[in-house]
Amino acid sequence: MIIENSEVILSVNDLTAEVDDIEILKGINLEIKAGEIHAIMGPNGSGKSTLSKVLTGHPAYTITGGTVTFKGQNLLDLAPEERSREGLFLSFQYPLEIPGVSNLDFLRVAYNSKQKHLGLEELDAFDFDDLIRDRLDIVKMNPAFLDRSVNEGFSGGEKKRNEILQMALLEPTLAILDETDSGLDIDALRIVANGVNQLAQSDRAILMITHYQRLLDYIVPDYIHVMEGGRIVTTGGKELALELEERGYDWLTEAEPIGAGV
Amino acid sequence: MVNTSELERKATPSADLDRAATLQRLIQQRHPLPAHSGLQTIRDRALNLLQDQALPNTKDEEWRFADPSALYAIPFQPAPAVDVESMGDWTVGDWAIATLPIRIVVINGRLSSELSNLESLPPGIAIGSLATADETLQPYLAQQQGMNEVFTALNTASFSDGVVIRIGKNQRLETPIHLLFLTAPSAAPIVTTSRALVIAETGSSATLIEEYGALDGGSSLGTSSLDASNSNPYWTNAVTEVWLGDNAQLHHTRTQREAATAFHIGKTTVSQSRDSRYSLCAVSLGAQFSRHNPEIVLTGLQTETHLNGFTLAVQSQVADTHSLIHFAQPYCIAKQLHKCIANDRARVVFNGKLEVPKAAQQTNAAQLSRNLLLSPKARVDTKPQLEIVADDVKCAHGATVSQLDDEEIFYLQSRGLDRKSACDLLVKGFTAEITEKVPSEELRSRLLQSVLSQIQS
Repeated sequence: MIIENSEVILSVNDLTAEVDDIEILKGINLEIKAGEIHAIMGPNGSGKSTLSKVLTGHPAYTITGGTVTFKGQNLLDLAPEERSREGLFLSFQYPLEIPGVSNLDFLRVAYNSKQKHLGLEELDAFDFDDLIRDRLDIVKMNPAFLDRSVNEGFSGGEKKRNEILQMALLEPTLAILDETDSGLDIDALRIVANGVNQLAQSDRAILMITHYQRLLDYIVPDYIHVMEGGRIVTTGGKELALELEERGYDWLTEAEPIGAGV
Repeated sequence: MVNTSELERKATPSADLDRAATLQRLIQQRHPLPAHSGLQTIRDRALNLLQDQALPNTKDEEWRFADPSALYAIPFQPAPAVDVESMGDWTVGDWAIATLPIRIVVINGRLSSELSNLESLPPGIAIGSLATADETLQPYLAQQQGMNEVFTALNTASFSDGVVIRIGKNQRLETPIHLLFLTAPSAAPIVTTSRALVIAETGSSATLIEEYGALDGGSSLGTSSLDASNSNPYWTNAVTEVWLGDNAQLHHTRTQREAATAFHIGKTTVSQSRDSRYSLCAVSLGAQFSRHNPEIVLTGLQTETHLNGFTLAVQSQVADTHSLIHFAQPYCIAKQLHKCIANDRARVVFNGKLEVPKAAQQTNAAQLSRNLLLSPKARVDTKPQLEIVADDVKCAHGATVSQLDDEEIFYLQSRGLDRKSACDLLVKGFTAEITEKVPSEELRSRLLQSVLSQIQS
């Protein structure tokens, strides 16, 4: 939802980044305020996923210019774990499998890292069990998944639900959902989208990265940005998605980059 | 120009002499048996096997990757008998686990009835000393394959005590038997000859946790129990023989947490009759040089075998596992997973041999060796060795060597874990896949704690 005069959560200015000496982001400008849901669309290789990795601090990417301010502080100064504890979350496009580490232990360690950082009480296994069982319902997840190794042997849909479960647990100020809809059948997509919608609140924001307009039927964005060649080439309201669905991206590529934001 | 082969030829005779002389010295120094001991024939037979043998070096195929020569330079004396009074401040300490009430403690190779606790042992299960072995054990003791291998034969020719565990026909023991082989500190370098015989009769079922280490000098839990007052090297030469009768079952855990200066050479031989089930979880963390040979001979039809192994080597540790599964009959299943972590300049070796002769049709075997290198100077040698003659079998094998994965570390960091906690969690996960098979929560957590603290030291 767009809220008049709400707090700016994320402000990206002229951000450029490279990997292996190849420039991927060529000047990103983006501002996200509390309460808003943004979507970034664009063809493969346009830099969408790179943007999500750069924002969360993946070590493979080098920032070559620009600034990123998150809740008033310089995000680029923070280690990946500090970004997480400050309230930035990335739902991975390809969630990793961690054999031998139980999902329950992983979730508890993650939760307690944040609690500790905020000076709040860390939960023991017993209390955490109550909390997590309550959150499982948000993504309609079977409690049996808690005892399995993190993502190991999970189907694509189960992995994505597990990501949203982590989001429900960490209650991030800004959640970046990187192709959370990819590879999901319609039932799984509904469950995931319902979960995300339950977590959308006036003091939080969501940035969805997607390839498909379908997701936007379930999680309705306030703004849609189109990325192409490492830049945001156009920004519009939710009706832009329908146009993209009908006309594809080609009509945009001729246009000059118009920068972005709100 | 120096001709290296000529140099080697020149070097060989004196080196061979040392290896033969060391063996002879070890034989000469053995503790004598009391008169009329039931072990005399067995020891004499082993002595014969040792006649023309020498201790191995890296020219022996079986010892190519891990050199035991450092052992031969140390004048090991046979470990003396130690009674509870003379133990002083040294205690069984943290080796005892409250939730494992059936405890057998063997100090310097001798069963200590004072330190053992067999009160809760149900009828139908007998645990005793090998020193009083009678003829009923003759068909079992030192009767398995692999008994002529030099260290095993030396053990057989030297042991004067040990443990025998006999699970009676159709007996079912739920509580694990906790078997502790500990070496007491000594002013001189000592060799401990440890011996166990486990007989699981037809239809029986039991769980055994066998551990190797040094007596506890009061040092804190999770660390190597050796401190400055016991800096002398000691050597454990261990042999455990397991006999599984028809349809019998044994869940076997074996941990090697010897002191940092120790040498450990151990063998676990298992003979499985038809329809029997054996699972081994072998965890090797201690000793400067260690070797473990699990050797499984499947004498009957339709047996099931699970070998799980975990080895950690840090600093300059060398740890070698040579396993063998010998199939002889149709319809047998064997699954093996061996995992190693090497840090610093450490070396780990895994050689997994599967012998599937013509008669062993319908064998279903799978072997996987997974290795994690935490330092650029650490080294792993891993070698599957499949010798398959039968033509209607399913035998798979694989080996991986990797480092901690940056993507996995980033995933955990993105959930709020700092880099160190992320790495610890990954190491724990790698280890837990094996240690979770250990049937004691207390021991599982001690092993994990030990792994993490050794990696950080």
